[in-house]
Amino acid sequence: MAAPRAPLHLVTPVWNRGTRGTRGLSRAVAPEGSQKKGRSLLQFLADRFYDVQALREYLLRKQVLKVHQKNRPFTYIRERFGPHAAGAYFILKQGGAVKFQGKEWIRSDARGHFSLDFLKFQAVPVEAVDASGCAINYQGLDSVCEWAETAGLFICPSVVGSRKDHSASPPPPTVALKELQSLWLQRCPHVDDWCLGRLHPLANSLQELSLAGCPRISERGLASLHHLQNLRRLDISDLPAVSNPGLTRILVEEMLPSCQVLGADWAQGLPSGPEEQSRDTASPLPA
Amino acid sequence: MLRRALQPGLSRGVLGRGLGTHRGRSTLDQNGKVSEIKKKIQSVLPRGAWNPLRDTSYLPPEHSDVVIVGGGVIGLSVAYWLKRLEKPQGAIRVLVVERDHTYSQASTALSVGGIRQQFSVPENIQLSLFSVEFLRNINEYLAVVDDPPLDIQFNPSGYLLLASEKGAAVMESNVKVQRQEGAKVCLMSPEQLRNKFPWINTEGVALASYGMEHEGWFDPWCLLQGLRRKVQSMGVLFCHGEVTRFVSSSSHTETTSGEEVTLRRIHEVHAQEEMYLSRCPVCGPGPPSPPPLVPAGEDGPQPGVPACGMCPRDQCGRGLVWPDRRAGWCREGAPWHPAGHPAPCGAEEKGPGLETPFVIDASGAYFRREGLGNNYLGGCSPTEEEEPDPGNLEVDHDFFQDKVWPPLAQRVPAFETLKVRSAWAGYYDYNTFDQNGVVGPHPLVVNMYFATGFSGHGLQQAPAVGRAVAEMVLDGHFRTINLSPFLFNRFYLGEKVQEHNII
Repeated sequence: MAAPRAPLHLVTPVWNRGTRGTRGLSRAVAPEGSQKKGRSLLQFLADRFYDVQALREYLLRKQVLKVHQKNRPFTYIRERFGPHAAGAYFILKQGGAVKFQGKEWIRSDARGHFSLDFLKFQAVPVEAVDASGCAINYQGLDSVCEWAETAGLFICPSVVGSRKDHSASPPPPTVALKELQSLWLQRCPHVDDWCLGRLHPLANSLQELSLAGCPRISERGLASLHHLQNLRRLDISDLPAVSNPGLTRILVEEMLPSCQVLGADWAQGLPSGPEEQSRDTASPLPA
Repeated sequence: MLRRALQPGLSRGVLGRGLGTHRGRSTLDQNGKVSEIKKKIQSVLPRGAWNPLRDTSYLPPEHSDVVIVGGGVIGLSVAYWLKRLEKPQGAIRVLVVERDHTYSQASTALSVGGIRQQFSVPENIQLSLFSVEFLRNINEYLAVVDDPPLDIQFNPSGYLLLASEKGAAVMESNVKVQRQEGAKVCLMSPEQLRNKFPWINTEGVALASYGMEHEGWFDPWCLLQGLRRKVQSMGVLFCHGEVTRFVSSSSHTETTSGEEVTLRRIHEVHAQEEMYLSRCPVCGPGPPSPPPLVPAGEDGPQPGVPACGMCPRDQCGRGLVWPDRRAGWCREGAPWHPAGHPAPCGAEEKGPGLETPFVIDASGAYFRREGLGNNYLGGCSPTEEEEPDPGNLEVDHDFFQDKVWPPLAQRVPAFETLKVRSAWAGYYDYNTFDQNGVVGPHPLVVNMYFATGFSGHGLQQAPAVGRAVAEMVLDGHFRTINLSPFLFNRFYLGEKVQEHNII
């Protein structure tokens, strides 16, 4: 027997989904700026018509798939020409630049074309990679620093020291770009904290790393850079997602003692000195 | 014996129907249906109780295909994957029953938020690996159009497990298993530890295992809210209430050896006076008599009530999902003033730096860095003998003084001058049998599934467990990760799947 307040149906009802009330949580942030009118019309339509909602979800998914497509691995080239060539091809395809050991920089031109001569350099390692502004993400970094190794106990590459032999000495890992010395990832929109955790196989060789201007990197990802003990230059300037740039820089300097850290000025974010405080109390905005 | 009767072969055949057939309420008598319709017609007539103009859209539906008891991270994950894997889209109505929408005592909200692959059971490692992949791509899985992207604040700092001489061999074999499954873990000797983390005191440490990638900690509240937002946009319905009882029907069958077996089917789930029908509840168990029931996932079960009211004690051996296990955590920070001593001036010793992983000492105490300001989060789970009363979530500060602080201060000398800033306690959904989760169908209740008992690592396995349960509900078997070792059968078959690396 239904409760007295329940609706009366002789036939099982179809529960209407998606009324405004139940979706209150999903409207957390109002859209800002000049797109407000257009955006709210789309929202209005998406709330009322399943077709519009499905279309918008499809467009969102397509955007994501585009990035995935750009970061697909080139397994054929890797098998045929070796890991260095595959990594170089990947970077060039994204629009970056590559420098082989003893050779000049290879860049793709404005239309995305580049010469395929480097496929002839079979065993020449890649020395420097400039992927600034590229849409490289976590999956794409596989082509750069993949850890593929056989089963067996393994020593941390960043640790120097002897080790008690619990078993036979393990085979070293095969890393895609083993002898990479410089990696520039400036202003890459999809490089985030997870990607920084991915860089540890390059610990033996990497000496220069630049992360300036990446919008998704925060101090949490920077904490995972301590594996890179051979790092000599690290650029962490202009990282908008880092909450406390000055303090972060100090902590990173302590974490990597032999590395020169270019980044925020350590005084940035500190309260102003006494001579400026009288001026501050007059103005409404803090310094 | 009943044991043989409930071997996996029989169970799977009976339960493997999934949601394919719509049986409705054919087992109830036809007279009941007719009298129901009569009552409804009577209420329409002038003196009846029906009021058509009253808005009841806030009530949960009367009928639902799946009812999920418990709206924590596991329950929401199951709801998400059910909606994601259903064919065709929109075919299944899912209802999540949650008794506390503020999640004030929910394990998810009170969790430390760590995720690791350093387990001893391969299935746990696989679950954790998939969950890491889910968290990494969380904005693809849980994207809602027009809503801001989620930031779960993942710290990829890794876990560092320390072992004494006794546990070194076990740790080595565990690491072998972990690496075979694809976890990026390496072993370190005490000298290597000292080189890498100079703040650590390696006395008593024979071996350490360090996770290089895919391990760390994140913000569980953000994951919970993200899941909630997404499942609401997918059309999952929520009910605010506590499940009090089930109404089920039973049918008797005979096994191949002639044993009588009673199979039950749940038809109604009652929560706080509001009634709705279900075909397939997903949750903790349903006893025939009404003691309070056990919510699924991380929300601790009712204290004092064994999780499964169906099986009598002698059949299952020891208790199954035990009520609660308490984990106490405290924040530590700057100078500590021992009673009777003045605070040393300016003696702010620096603690471990930015590279500090989630350190788990051999004694069971653990700590991790929290933020940038020399703050740490640490704690310890009490042993089974020291377990306090589960109904009481008050923090026991003596526990910190006696059990948490001494091992941590011995391991990290800088922690001798630390000060407690705040503390809280939370629940573990602790499985006393083998400290591993219970996932899969109930052997005697035809349309009930478990996803509970994760003993402190439910949060980190939630996305993968949700997918496994959804596959079991929709297809009748596990598709991606095979969790057959975690089925309920192992309790009465006596097969322990012991997880050694429990904090």
